[in-house]
Amino acid sequence: MTKRIISVWLKYLKTDWICRRQPHFKELPFVMAAPERGRMVVQAVNPIAESKGIYKGMVVADCRAILPSLQVLNDIEGLSDKLLKALAEWSIRYTPVVAVDPPDGLILDVSGCPHLWGGEKPYLKDIITKFTNFGYHVRVAIADTAGAAWAVSRYGQITPIVDSGRQLDALLPLPPVSLRLEPTTVSKLEKLGLYQINSFIKMPRSALRRRFGQSLLTRLDQALGQEIETIVPVKPIEPYQERLPSLEPIRTATGIEIGLKQLIEQLCNRLEKEGKGIRKANFKCYRIDGNIQQITIGTNRPSRSTKHIFKLFEPKIANIEPAFGIELFLLEAPIVEDIGVEQDMLWHSSSHDEVAVAELVDRITGKLGDVVHRYLPAEHHMPERSIKIATSFQELPTTSWRTDLPRPIHLLAKPEPIQVTVAIPDYPPILFHYNGNRYTVKKADGPERIEEEWWLNDGLYRDYYCVEDENGGRYWLFRLGSYNTTEPKWFLHGFFA
Amino acid sequence: MKPATRVNELYKKSIISEMQRQVNAMQAVRSLPLEKNEQKLSFLENSFVDKIFPTTAIHEFISYENVTAAATSAFILSLANTFLSKNRFCLWISLNDIVFPSALKQFGIAPDNILFTKVSKPKDALWAIEEALKCSSIAFVIGEVPELTFNESRRLQLAVENSNTTGFIHRKNPRIENTVACNTRWRIQPIPSFLDKGLPGVGFPKWRVNLSKVRNGKPGVWDMEWVHDSLRLINNQLNITSNAARKIA
Repeated sequence: MTKRIISVWLKYLKTDWICRRQPHFKELPFVMAAPERGRMVVQAVNPIAESKGIYKGMVVADCRAILPSLQVLNDIEGLSDKLLKALAEWSIRYTPVVAVDPPDGLILDVSGCPHLWGGEKPYLKDIITKFTNFGYHVRVAIADTAGAAWAVSRYGQITPIVDSGRQLDALLPLPPVSLRLEPTTVSKLEKLGLYQINSFIKMPRSALRRRFGQSLLTRLDQALGQEIETIVPVKPIEPYQERLPSLEPIRTATGIEIGLKQLIEQLCNRLEKEGKGIRKANFKCYRIDGNIQQITIGTNRPSRSTKHIFKLFEPKIANIEPAFGIELFLLEAPIVEDIGVEQDMLWHSSSHDEVAVAELVDRITGKLGDVVHRYLPAEHHMPERSIKIATSFQELPTTSWRTDLPRPIHLLAKPEPIQVTVAIPDYPPILFHYNGNRYTVKKADGPERIEEEWWLNDGLYRDYYCVEDENGGRYWLFRLGSYNTTEPKWFLHGFFA
Repeated sequence: MKPATRVNELYKKSIISEMQRQVNAMQAVRSLPLEKNEQKLSFLENSFVDKIFPTTAIHEFISYENVTAAATSAFILSLANTFLSKNRFCLWISLNDIVFPSALKQFGIAPDNILFTKVSKPKDALWAIEEALKCSSIAFVIGEVPELTFNESRRLQLAVENSNTTGFIHRKNPRIENTVACNTRWRIQPIPSFLDKGLPGVGFPKWRVNLSKVRNGKPGVWDMEWVHDSLRLINNQLNITSNAARKIA
């Protein structure tokens, strides 16, 4: 597929922005100026001032002499970059690949996009209307190369649409400055009377290189499509992305659901061909007022089941605020993973079970947050550290679960202090008080000494005892430290079955 | 004449048992016949319809203290270990994370097969339990909620009937012990463990298991011990009549 590139030229970017914010400036001639070598130099001119003969680069004092009623505003540093970036992000509704073209343009790689708007003509028209409605003076052109589109948008006289492969015809009558050359090269060409590309393009390449340098040839080749010019998009493109523009702004939940279903189907079809499944997906709604509404889902196992993914999104649709309407839906999958062919669907096999369980867990985590955990044994003696959360469903324990030591089925997250009566040091207590109740110890087992891991944490060792009271309740107690120095503290840590 | 009436009587009996089966099916007392452990726990299974532990059902457990809660958790696991398939995932939905996975292996359930779900609100817990029970790929669901209304229990029961999973509802500190649509109601109390005379230490986990309600079956009370991967009856003396069991409940 041939590339199609649009170049957008916002000639009065900064002054248009001022007029947008302060509408009374629309009727006044004004310039934006900044100090340069001790003088105020014009950085941007609005159309009214320009028609009076004021240009960028003039000194403000000279301008005032020409036009005494001229308003002078202070230039804002970095304004055009900021504006261009914001506009570029806004333009993502037209194509995912949008680049900033400083100081006053945008470049859009629209390959494969215009047909969604019904062709290139309506597409360009839509872009122009939108920008004009914002209050910007805009010129656009579409061509196979960024260079040709740039040239035609700035200097073209005939048509903004350069048909595929016709860059040369479009460029011939244009001035050399339209090739994005350095000012010195341009002035050299003009000095020699080469006012049109037509007049030097047929010259031998070696002669051109000798006189004007390699840059002229590079620019020419770029404009004609003989050399590749890469553009750097403002937003890195998600490789798995589907978009759906709507003819009329959509405001109802049903409308959003229909759009979402269609996008999920498209994305899942594509993923099925490539043998992948979604782990994370974002659904973005671009509103007509420029706001972007977004909902996100995650799955515990790569999935490409349309039904399942829609089910995960469904409860979140209510969070989307359509306001005046949504004009573009976008579904992207930032994280995808490989999944095998589902050949086992015929039989009720363990893998089918796993998919069903993963979908169940997705539903629960989708509604309640990250609440489902699977635990694996960790090689630590400290009970708190002896388990770790598994990262996935497939992860298997690296060591087996130990059963040789007594461990309580219920373990308190934080050991609770108890008062004990101990007959002899280093022996289990004969009774203990916990929560205001007194428990008499009838049977006891232990101690099991667990040392604090010095490379992880400082602390005293624990001597664990299993004890049973007269009613049959079984508890896990420990003494922190020894009786050598001070009275050690006792804690209740768990309940045995 | 005599042989003819006998045949008639046998015929009647077969019709009655057939009708009983239909009634059972309508009351959702369905269960899959299990091959293993039938001998070992026959005393327990005698309490149920058809003498089979109902697997497509909701079992309700009630506990009031920390130690009874721990005993109940362990007893649920030992039931699951005895009657249910173990190689599938199961969900443990609770309002706190007091269960210690490292200890579960001794009751025969692989801790890494359990998906622990800790939610903050009882309402969310009930929703999660119902969703999980609808999923036929789950071996069993343990849900810990304090309160369960009749309607909620009915919903869970309906979910189970469609998916053939087993639900264990563990009610810790319920405000009232209201009537629910569960198949059974259990109460597990730890009792002093038994050791041979003169031996030091603590013995095997030992519980007084009180099956206080069972649909179409007869309740009972037993003392049981968990010894090396299986439940063992201590003595049969406690197997008292249903009325007495209700009184204890």
